[in-house]
Amino acid sequence: MKTVLPAPDISRAIVRIAHEILERYDGAESITLLGIPTRGAHLANRIAAAINAIEGGQVAVGTLDTTMHRDDLRTRSPKALLPTLIPPAGVEGRHVVLVDDVLFSGRTIRAALDALGEIGRPTSVSLAVLVDRGHRELPIKADFVGKNIPTSRTEIIKVNLVEVDGADEVTIAEGGSK
Amino acid sequence: MSYLLKNATLPNGSKADLAIHDGRFVAASSLPKDHQVIDLAGKQVLPGLVDLHTHLREPGFEESETVATGSLSAVRGGFTAISAMANTSPVADTAGVVEQVYRLGQAAGLCDVFPIGAVTQGLNGQTLSEIGAMADSGARVRVFSDDGKCVFDPLIMRRALEYVKKFDGVIAQHAQEPTLTQDAQMNEGEMSAQLGLKGWPAVAEEAIIARDVLLAEHTKSRLHICHLTTAGGVEIIRWAKARGIQVTAEVTPHHLLLTDEYAKNYDPIFKVNPPLRLESDVLALRAGLADGTIDIVATDHAPHSSESKDCEWSVASFGMVGLETALSIVIKTMVETGAMNYADVADRLSVAPARIARYENHGQPLEVGHVANLTVVDTAAKWIVDRDLMSTRSKNTPFHGFELPGVVTHTFFNGKLVFGE
Amino acid sequence: MKHLLSINDLSRDEAILILDTAAELARISDGPMKKLPTLRGRTIVNLFAEDSTRTRISFEAAAKRLSADVINFSAKGSSLSKGESLKDTAQTLQAMGADAVVIRHPASGAPFRLADNQWMSGAVINAGDGTHEHPSQALLDAYTIRKHHGKGAKDLAGLRVAIIGDILHSRVARSNVLLLTKLGAHVTLVAPPTLLPFGVESWPVTVSYDLDYVIPQVDAIMMLRIQQERMHEIFFPSAREYSRYFGLNRDRVNALNPKASIMHPGPMNRGLEITADAADSARSVIVEQVSNGVSVRMAILYLLLGGAPIEGGIN
Repeated sequence: MKTVLPAPDISRAIVRIAHEILERYDGAESITLLGIPTRGAHLANRIAAAINAIEGGQVAVGTLDTTMHRDDLRTRSPKALLPTLIPPAGVEGRHVVLVDDVLFSGRTIRAALDALGEIGRPTSVSLAVLVDRGHRELPIKADFVGKNIPTSRTEIIKVNLVEVDGADEVTIAEGGSK
Repeated sequence: MSYLLKNATLPNGSKADLAIHDGRFVAASSLPKDHQVIDLAGKQVLPGLVDLHTHLREPGFEESETVATGSLSAVRGGFTAISAMANTSPVADTAGVVEQVYRLGQAAGLCDVFPIGAVTQGLNGQTLSEIGAMADSGARVRVFSDDGKCVFDPLIMRRALEYVKKFDGVIAQHAQEPTLTQDAQMNEGEMSAQLGLKGWPAVAEEAIIARDVLLAEHTKSRLHICHLTTAGGVEIIRWAKARGIQVTAEVTPHHLLLTDEYAKNYDPIFKVNPPLRLESDVLALRAGLADGTIDIVATDHAPHSSESKDCEWSVASFGMVGLETALSIVIKTMVETGAMNYADVADRLSVAPARIARYENHGQPLEVGHVANLTVVDTAAKWIVDRDLMSTRSKNTPFHGFELPGVVTHTFFNGKLVFGE
Repeated sequence: MKHLLSINDLSRDEAILILDTAAELARISDGPMKKLPTLRGRTIVNLFAEDSTRTRISFEAAAKRLSADVINFSAKGSSLSKGESLKDTAQTLQAMGADAVVIRHPASGAPFRLADNQWMSGAVINAGDGTHEHPSQALLDAYTIRKHHGKGAKDLAGLRVAIIGDILHSRVARSNVLLLTKLGAHVTLVAPPTLLPFGVESWPVTVSYDLDYVIPQVDAIMMLRIQQERMHEIFFPSAREYSRYFGLNRDRVNALNPKASIMHPGPMNRGLEITADAADSARSVIVEQVSNGVSVRMAILYLLLGGAPIEGGIN
């Protein structure tokens, strides 16, 4: 197992992504950040904190659970739901930035887009991820990326965050089958 | 055909050869040259089993069973005499119906079918049926019962007990206080409370038994209690016998083994009247059968077509078939536990029932001169009950899939081999 | 978990999962996402052999919010009322491709027969069988109690609940006793002795005949309906006597802890087991129970049907 993104690099990536988002949308007023639980939600909070530190104010931030919109529901046992908390500013007419830890096949983001569609009609939707590991199965791309890490399909990327795993670190290891 | 049965083990445990000719046991020396030899080494012989409680469903419910199919089921189970309960359609409350059932049994020719006459007309519980006519008829009825229903009116029960003294008859009571058991589904207990099914409390059986033994004492008559299921009932009968009251009692094989726990999954195969009760009742019944407080085992063979069991519990019919599993269940619960030996088995399943019902050719010693009604069982063998392989027309046995001891290999009726080869 | 026939089918963790899932569904269903695609393409049949508007509509609403197709099969005018057997009805539903059957039936154990007999292959959900159980009602009752008194805890440890009325014939009471005790609550049953089940002393509850003694001590009081038919079966002398000793009236409402909740599974006999001002008092959560019922039933349907068809097993 190897560390591909140590703690300091993670912090820097988050600050850089925060700047990139502010640059694209000309400030924080029209943005709603929605993190995909579990780790995407924590990352969204960190990006929000970074944005607030830069701009002042309180950017709209919340979570969007994708469990009920997955396309693989019929192949596994039902999973417990994670919280969906849409901030008061909502999504209607806003620039929604989805936040997740790893972008892989793209199916989670497709589910998130479906869920978002039930809630309202954003002006635009973009995607921020800490790690893009390739192997897309759907036409989905990330707009803001912490680090591109090419992988083989069998390797396992693990994002550890202080809030959940006790320490900040992204690791890669040989897997077996998926 | 004449037979020489070699190396048989008699009920008392001794070994002997038995010779059968012209319907009776004879001395081996007087057998004709042309006789069949059957080696019964290792097998137990018993006098032909006698069932005092069989539902044959004919006339009226032939889709469940007929006298013929019931007789076939009987001899497979080792029975040479069965007693057809009166709750047919029409009810067996006249000489005409009982003679019809008797003739059907004769025509089947496999075992004796002795009709039981109803105590009240149409089982209405209010007016006595023509008991005398049934006693005088070709069927010579001696046992009378409204089984299925209780003779609940104490005055009617008193009159019936008195009336049958004229010809040494006996009233067989189905003890069930009706107002305490309206719409009851299973034993009243923790199980029924949990399952949400209306309970059939033990007191509804015990109260009637208590009343009736006192009536039998007062009228100096013979009383028989059908399908005893409660520890309290066993106590009352023990008390009554100690007082010299002429009461006899029967227990079914299923009440010697099964409890109300079997109702847990709502499978109506376990729905029966009177219901399966508690472990403590099962143990009291076994003790009562062992010490003779309970005189006989009777099957209460109750065939039902599959529609009436393949449904929700509350609409299902009550009853289980039992002729083909009875002896095996008695061996399993009483002999294998050491509570009884085969002499006891012969008494409870043949000698005593024949005596109670006054069946002259049954329950007799296996000795020269007596009618050859005989059952042979391989007590060491085991079998797995398969409801689709049974001879009874109906499939409602609770023992499907059970492994049971004791396989009946031969049944002789009036000297004829009616089952086995 | 393939079926939900009895509260005994659920472990404590599974029961809590249902409550947590219901809470999340309540939030998103009331707010952002009214309709979820999760059960799209699944067919759920409501087999109601006994009249019930409330429960049937609740299950129907739950199924539709999850995008399932719903077929209603109710007693009146159906082949069931004309004597078609449960078995034939089940086989018909199987032929129509039902993924799940929500069944309410007057015979205790009917859902068990459906599930055991392989007359059909879908999931079976018990919406009330005879006097046996009503699992989804207990779950929504537990959810309601947890929401008001749980103080953030996952379960109901330490909470005191009283159930008042015809316990003997109540499937709601049976399921609630099983579930509330499983979640750690302390349950007291209050009824006249004639309306308590045989062997209730062995249940993990306290039994009392004295409502006034019990009332000040509870966090939630659940009133059960007294059916008019029971009058004729001599369980108590008269409606007046029953109300006097076991009815919830204004005086008793005032004796309740101010924060205690008044509950009733419905439908109510206003004036018999509960007076109008008790039913409409500020402490009554009776109406909320109904809307909680939809979320809880959505959770049940999702957890039973939202995954792979054959195996159960909740993560």
